[in-house]
Amino acid sequence: MPKLVSHPDEVKIVTKRFGMGAAAIDKYVELGGYEAAKKCLAEGPDWIINEMKASGLRGRGGAGFPTGMKWSFVPKQSPKPKYVLVNGDESEPGTCKDHLIFLHDPHSVIEGTIIAGLAIGAKLGFIYLRGEYRYLLEIMEKAVADAYEKGFLGKGIFGSDVEFNVITQSGAGAYEVGEESALMESLEGKRGVPRIKPPFPAVVGLYGGPTVINNAETIASVPHVITMGGAAYAAVGSERNGGTRLFGLSGHVERPGVYELPMGYNLKKMIYEVGGGVRGGRKLKAVVPGGSSTPVLLPEEIENLGMDFDQVGKAGSMLGSGGVVVIDDQTCIVEFALRTISFYQHESCGWCIPCREGTDWLKKSLTRFHAGFGEMKDIDNIQYLAQNMMGRTFCPLGDAAAMPTLGFVKKFRKEFEDHLNGKPCPYAKHADLAVV
Amino acid sequence: MADVTFTVDGKQLTAPAGTLLIEACRKAGIEVPAFCYYPGLSLQAACRMCVVRQEKVGKLQTACTTAVAEGQVFYTDTPEIAQARKATLELLLGNHPLDCPVCDAGGECELQDMVFRYGAGESLYAEAKQHREEQQWSPAVFYDRPRCILCYRCVRICGEGMDVWALAVENRGARSVIAPNQGDSLNCEQCGMCIDVCPVGALTSGTYRYKTRPWEMKHVSTVCTHCADGCKVTLGARSANDGAEIIRADNRDKSGMNNDFLCAKGRFGFDFVESKDRLATPMVRNAAGELKPATWTEALNAAAKKLKEVHAAKGGTAIGVLGSSQTTNEENYLLQKFARTVLGTNNIDHDRTADYAAFADALAGHKDKLASLRETETAPAVLLIGGDPTNEHPLLAWNLRTNVRHHKARIYIVNHRGIKLERQAKAVQGVPPNGYKDLVAILCSDTNELAKGIAEEEQLLAVIGQELNGKALTDFVAWALKRGNVRFAYLGDHANSRGAADMGLLPDRLPGYIPVHEPGAFAAEYAGLPTKPGLTQAGMLAAADKGELDVLYAVGANPAGQKDFKPDALKNTFVIVQDLFMTETAALADVVFPAASLYEKTGTVTNTFGDLQLAQKAADHAGVKGDFEILVRLAGAMGVDVKTLVPFGTSALTADLGQSRGAQAGEADRHAVWLAAHNLEPKLSPFDPLAVLDEIERLVPGYELDRLNLLGGNDAPVHASLPENFVPLEVLAAPEVPATIVPTHDTLFTSSVFGRYSKALTELKEYQEGALAETAAD
Repeated sequence: MPKLVSHPDEVKIVTKRFGMGAAAIDKYVELGGYEAAKKCLAEGPDWIINEMKASGLRGRGGAGFPTGMKWSFVPKQSPKPKYVLVNGDESEPGTCKDHLIFLHDPHSVIEGTIIAGLAIGAKLGFIYLRGEYRYLLEIMEKAVADAYEKGFLGKGIFGSDVEFNVITQSGAGAYEVGEESALMESLEGKRGVPRIKPPFPAVVGLYGGPTVINNAETIASVPHVITMGGAAYAAVGSERNGGTRLFGLSGHVERPGVYELPMGYNLKKMIYEVGGGVRGGRKLKAVVPGGSSTPVLLPEEIENLGMDFDQVGKAGSMLGSGGVVVIDDQTCIVEFALRTISFYQHESCGWCIPCREGTDWLKKSLTRFHAGFGEMKDIDNIQYLAQNMMGRTFCPLGDAAAMPTLGFVKKFRKEFEDHLNGKPCPYAKHADLAVV
Repeated sequence: MADVTFTVDGKQLTAPAGTLLIEACRKAGIEVPAFCYYPGLSLQAACRMCVVRQEKVGKLQTACTTAVAEGQVFYTDTPEIAQARKATLELLLGNHPLDCPVCDAGGECELQDMVFRYGAGESLYAEAKQHREEQQWSPAVFYDRPRCILCYRCVRICGEGMDVWALAVENRGARSVIAPNQGDSLNCEQCGMCIDVCPVGALTSGTYRYKTRPWEMKHVSTVCTHCADGCKVTLGARSANDGAEIIRADNRDKSGMNNDFLCAKGRFGFDFVESKDRLATPMVRNAAGELKPATWTEALNAAAKKLKEVHAAKGGTAIGVLGSSQTTNEENYLLQKFARTVLGTNNIDHDRTADYAAFADALAGHKDKLASLRETETAPAVLLIGGDPTNEHPLLAWNLRTNVRHHKARIYIVNHRGIKLERQAKAVQGVPPNGYKDLVAILCSDTNELAKGIAEEEQLLAVIGQELNGKALTDFVAWALKRGNVRFAYLGDHANSRGAADMGLLPDRLPGYIPVHEPGAFAAEYAGLPTKPGLTQAGMLAAADKGELDVLYAVGANPAGQKDFKPDALKNTFVIVQDLFMTETAALADVVFPAASLYEKTGTVTNTFGDLQLAQKAADHAGVKGDFEILVRLAGAMGVDVKTLVPFGTSALTADLGQSRGAQAGEADRHAVWLAAHNLEPKLSPFDPLAVLDEIERLVPGYELDRLNLLGGNDAPVHASLPENFVPLEVLAAPEVPATIVPTHDTLFTSSVFGRYSKALTELKEYQEGALAETAAD
């Protein structure tokens, strides 16, 4: 089990049971588990959705869509069965939060799923874990089995006449399946390629039924919203950004790890106080604020930056999945860009032309460029390629690859130009920055 | 849906709400390019070529997935859009090989066209292109992986269109490729639809690849010569030493009633016309009993002499004539007219594969109840009795599948075997092979699921297979007419099976199924028409065996190839054969004329649904003549005034045709009067089959033509039919030896005599049998 980190500034809501053995159902119940679900069972769907709306909880997968609103889009009456789907396909480089939730607090995911099911009138929930998390599937499966044993799942949950079931499913190892409609395709046993939208999942989702699909962290937050009350949860965060966020602090910091901080927490403070500063006392070169797909920020851009969806958006990047990657002054940005694009090239599903071909040519160009065989026009070509992917692809993966690339070229053009003079790479390399 | 009004490039357009923008634009003449969008198949939004700007929407939108709504404003032609399209093409060309000079698709490649139109002339990339070896998936289909742009048309046409699902995407990202279903090879129906829809040269045809350049061929749209569905096929012909050879058949011209569809036979089975076994010289059996090459004059004179002698000595009853279900309507009409008026015999028949006469009798007076093949794509409910459309009528099967997919049609199947279309069926009722006679009882049952389903249908299209004939057919039609709101179609086997019957290649029926003993208008038209029914094919062979048939004239017919043919039945009969190949009958013949195939002549054919189409000459084969011309020349050699057979020229008919033929005293020619009344000019040559088409239209009830439509290459339903008051006088009229109806049960890779001489079909058949064996072994 990875070592848990801690800092006094943390507000432990989602992580409050971490390290306490809550994967065991009795411990989870002892710590107040499943009380929120029981309360929801008593209060009914409208009450749940109102609480969710009041909480200001926004989707933790990266897009930040208000959860209560999402649930309210599901039609009350449907000739087809409705479903709850938990997106545990945590694959964005720099992101490792859901992993800890599955490991330390699997029942909070189950409880959140039950509540979502009660809210929309679903009888079945799916918990989908990324292929690489197969070892966590055992923990999830045991938790589900225990919940059935206790009568928290199945026919007549908590002694009521309400039925709710949960099925766990592992992916086959594709980043693309983190996209909600691709995940549904995968879950249905098909090739993990996104669907055309509209229709949106709330109307036509899994197996054609109305479906709520939420990130695992979002779902794990749900029981806490209910327990605290929507308003109290909202009060923890910043304006229009309720609650806390699990930030995965990684890269060149002294104390990397997952920290639960209130929404809107200052990024500079996060790096220098929570994370203990740049490793080895080096200078900060840049920060990737929300997973590898978010545009890079310069030190001067994070001075007063509060980490919530709106403020980071205003700064020209995205809060994304909360994966904060710290880059010190000894890192070659071209190499970093290459490493980033290599990931997206590898993970592009290949469905649409701009992403399939664009990521491939970006990788090829950056590889050659970094190896010292670049020309001045390549810098423009790289930018041109990325620009022509932006907003043109079938799903957000193309943007996820283009956005950071554009950021690197725009903000570090000089470093690119330096590669033409100080061939092959004028910047010292970190041994731990491997390009795959 | 209600119409909505929206704006595209400043132009106000109107379309039903929910119409896809790309369709609305194309209809209005606004160009929206696309690779992956293909009408009728599921949407992909993958190629991103159709991007447009919608007002008040952040990103460019794909026109192929945008449903139009009231008041929307779109732009399709802005610098931003031009740049997006150019960039997409640049990306495609990144890995696409620029082997256009040798690529099969060069000149008819959508990628080439798009780059020509939208730019991307400069290469931005310095790195090597991805290269992968080409694969041969089957004798028919090759896949050049680097050329593939992954539009997924092939995957969808194979799955959604053909219900075969043999293709899928393998790997991901830039390594994605299309993969076949059996390792590196295809186990499928070998229709080649994937080749047709491929926008580039990734999928190429085993029979065509690297043979020529598209612009070196003359492309002629004509009617397929194989099954009775009558698909339009585009033949690519190129000049060759012995004429013009066909290099390719495909569905380049998609204007036929087959729309996108063409099967393996239509696409690959044309090569029999180029077979080295084609007859190219007339032959006459010499005194030593050997069949030797002769000139046309020698051969025609030999045949004419014998026919005249026998006719003079014994009359028409000693002569038998066999026609074909693969020759044109004009040829068939002329053949029966020749038999009846020149040879004076009703001994005329053809290879019957379905009981069209019984069908016509049963539906006498209900011409409006006969369905066109086009209706199988739109009818809300279809009852399919017998038959196996997937193998025997591939276009019908395609239409039924499309109908289910697009219009949620209900298909009801009654069959004695399992057929693939059951996958699309709402209800299936099995019957024993001889159980079709109980069909009406099944349909009247209160408990039968299929009967209950049909009872709920307001309209019904009944597609009747050959399993239903005689009384069972009559009973069913009677039941259906009583039920009401039923339309009918009857399935035969060959390209002009229906036409051969319609044109009166029957011993007891004149054209239009008119009984010979009550010839009506034909009495005045056909001088010397015998009114006693003649012999059926079986009857002629029996007569020949008894030494009572002196001459057998077989035009495209091969009675000696039939299973029950007695080896020496024709030993005392003078046999004249017109055919493409040295068939079993031709080998016994005394005179053989080398005939042209349907691809080497012009004329009309009627498919089994009664849709009339014009077959156009595409190829040439030195030495052969069309059956029409051979017939006219034979009549000429017999000393017949050919104007009595083919109404050509402006001088009108003379001789005694004043009082005896004209309706009014002094009227020279009823045909000339008819032509004048229809604003038509007489044809100038006796070899022009359209001269006879005029006569067919004039005399055959139901063959009313829209000339502009027909000559424009379109299909038109014609329904030769009997009048309402028609009562079949079976006792009086039945031939002595009943007709045999022998369905050929051709599969996707067999096509009667033609199939034997098609290398491509033979190879595909063997390949597919092997592929199936491999699957079974797994």
